[in-house]
Amino acid sequence: MSPPDLGSRPQPWFVRRRSGVGYRPLAWQGWAIAGVLVAAAVVALLVVHTSTARIVLVLALVAVYNAVGWRLSGPRPDPGDAAEEAPTVAVRKPVERTPEQLEVMARLRAEASMPPRRSPSGDDAIAVEGLTKRFGERTALDDVSFSVGWGEVFGFLGPNGAGKTTTVRTLGTLIAPTAGSAVVAGIPLTPKNAVAIRGRIAIMPEAPGLYPRLTVAENLEFFAGLYGLSDVRPRIEQALATVNLVDRAGDPCNSLSKGLRQRVAIARALLSDPRVLFLDEPTSGLDPVASREVHELIGALRERGVTIVLTTHRLEEAERMCDRVAILNTTLRTVGRPDELRERLFARSLAVTTVAPLDAPERVFAGIPGVEGWHPDDDGGYELTVSDPRAAAPALTRALVAAGADVISISERRRSLEDVYLELIDEDVEARRP
Amino acid sequence: MSIDPGRVRAVFRKELLQFRRNRAIVVTMGILPILFLTGPMINLFSLTASADSSTVHGVAGSVLLLMLIVPVILPAAISAYSVVGERDQGTLEPLLTTPVRRGELMLGKGLAAVLPAVAVTYVLYAGFVVAVRLWAIHAVFSDVWQVPPILAEVMFAPLLATWSVCVGMAISVRSTDVRVSQQLSTLASLPPLGLAVLITFRVITPTVLSAVAIGLAFVVLDCLACWGAAKMLDRERLIVGRRAPRHERTGST
Repeated sequence: MSPPDLGSRPQPWFVRRRSGVGYRPLAWQGWAIAGVLVAAAVVALLVVHTSTARIVLVLALVAVYNAVGWRLSGPRPDPGDAAEEAPTVAVRKPVERTPEQLEVMARLRAEASMPPRRSPSGDDAIAVEGLTKRFGERTALDDVSFSVGWGEVFGFLGPNGAGKTTTVRTLGTLIAPTAGSAVVAGIPLTPKNAVAIRGRIAIMPEAPGLYPRLTVAENLEFFAGLYGLSDVRPRIEQALATVNLVDRAGDPCNSLSKGLRQRVAIARALLSDPRVLFLDEPTSGLDPVASREVHELIGALRERGVTIVLTTHRLEEAERMCDRVAILNTTLRTVGRPDELRERLFARSLAVTTVAPLDAPERVFAGIPGVEGWHPDDDGGYELTVSDPRAAAPALTRALVAAGADVISISERRRSLEDVYLELIDEDVEARRP
Repeated sequence: MSIDPGRVRAVFRKELLQFRRNRAIVVTMGILPILFLTGPMINLFSLTASADSSTVHGVAGSVLLLMLIVPVILPAAISAYSVVGERDQGTLEPLLTTPVRRGELMLGKGLAAVLPAVAVTYVLYAGFVVAVRLWAIHAVFSDVWQVPPILAEVMFAPLLATWSVCVGMAISVRSTDVRVSQQLSTLASLPPLGLAVLITFRVITPTVLSAVAIGLAFVVLDCLACWGAAKMLDRERLIVGRRAPRHERTGST
């Protein structure tokens, strides 16, 4: 099946001028015809010596040009063409779709949630060993090692200047590591393999980085050309369908909102069907609705089995989206599943809230099975360290009732990824303090 | 270093599209040559039949010289924008994360600057010759319609434009400010024009052999300039502002 037209039309060779007088070349074929006629005029003027004959010749060539222009031209520029000529003015007509186009869009959307694509080999998508990067005296990354499995969503967390972006740039072959080794998308990270690696991955930097004067489709066409893709139009349509932007394909990028630009950048990253996708702060500066759309997209990509490395400052985003996270602060502080990190870093605990402080809490909490320790918390209640909250809670309730305490609540205290992050980063701050 | 023509074509097409949508560039390409040439052309067409041959030669030579400045000035301004402009609009990093090699990038951008400038120069020159044939005195046409000036124009326009583009791109790679880059590029691309001046005014009388020899020298110079410019386009330097030590570099990618 040929690709759907999606609101555009084949480009005519000429187009009628907006003033309504004459035609101007639009496609290269039109320019070639115009060039040939101009050359013919030059030759004729040089060869012919009488003024009348020259005038007749020039007029004849102008007539030929206009006849050719009329025969091979498209319709007079409509508002869409005006937008093309003056891209700062965003003119968008409501798009009417044929049933065929709607069918294609539905198919493309369905394909966006295909079953997970797995690597033919069982090796990791990314394996990093002792990666170090120094800029002169400053160490940006120090002996970082981790691995990311195929189809995994891997989060990079860390404060500003922690080396997250440096890691992504290094793995993306933009900068060379000072020491260490890595395998990216199954290819060893060496100077010789840089082009091959860049062909298998896609990096979406924090800023969308689109050419403002080009339309969405032209931006994507350009990048498709750089990836050497064939069947460019269906790929562009698929990428735009994935981010729900098919109807904005003809809009200049400088007329899009920040959220839409971010979606175009994601479409660009998906264009080459990358095995590994690096997303650097994909929701930075987006409103909650746009952020949610990006999250949904990441979810859809995960379903397709794309390996995603997500760099973010938003801890709740990392907790929700990532299978595993790495906390980086020049050195790698920890790697693991968010719940695993919580368990690894924090003892499990029960929070007790009473109407009034207990008279002798040490006597109440002593001897309760499973309670390993306690301390008052900041809210006037108590926090008890326990080995198993479900086992300790009934005994604790009985002990409190027996002590005559008016209990408001007993609950398991859940630590967030933010607690893990702050704990680790605070440790670093403390360690660096003189 | 292997070159993928598809990638070069993609860069070339994108650059041309951007130029076409940028009114400032279109106006510069159209207006600047006309501004350059208006004064000398008026002088040329004001010459009467009584003008002596040295006056005719001087005025015609000045117009032809200005015609050779066009392929130097126009692409210098465009190419100076090529890399620093990408950085300016935040498109450099996404561009460098693609499989495009630096040679392909430079070639695509270079051709997009050279070809329009050479085309404008040739069209201007053709228009000039036609105008001289139609309206100037016969002595002027005789002076213009000779092998040396035609050879100088046809051969040196693309060579000068290529030099100008390579220098402009090299400066653009190292620059952080678009305007500074454009000014430096224009200045740096002028020196080779000296040779063209000598030929145009026939201080060096060009035989076919000497013209070919000088042309070849220009080709070598252009190749060196292109090679130097491509070498300077180092991904790490462009991204973080400094080049990695030699043993860390990512080769010619």
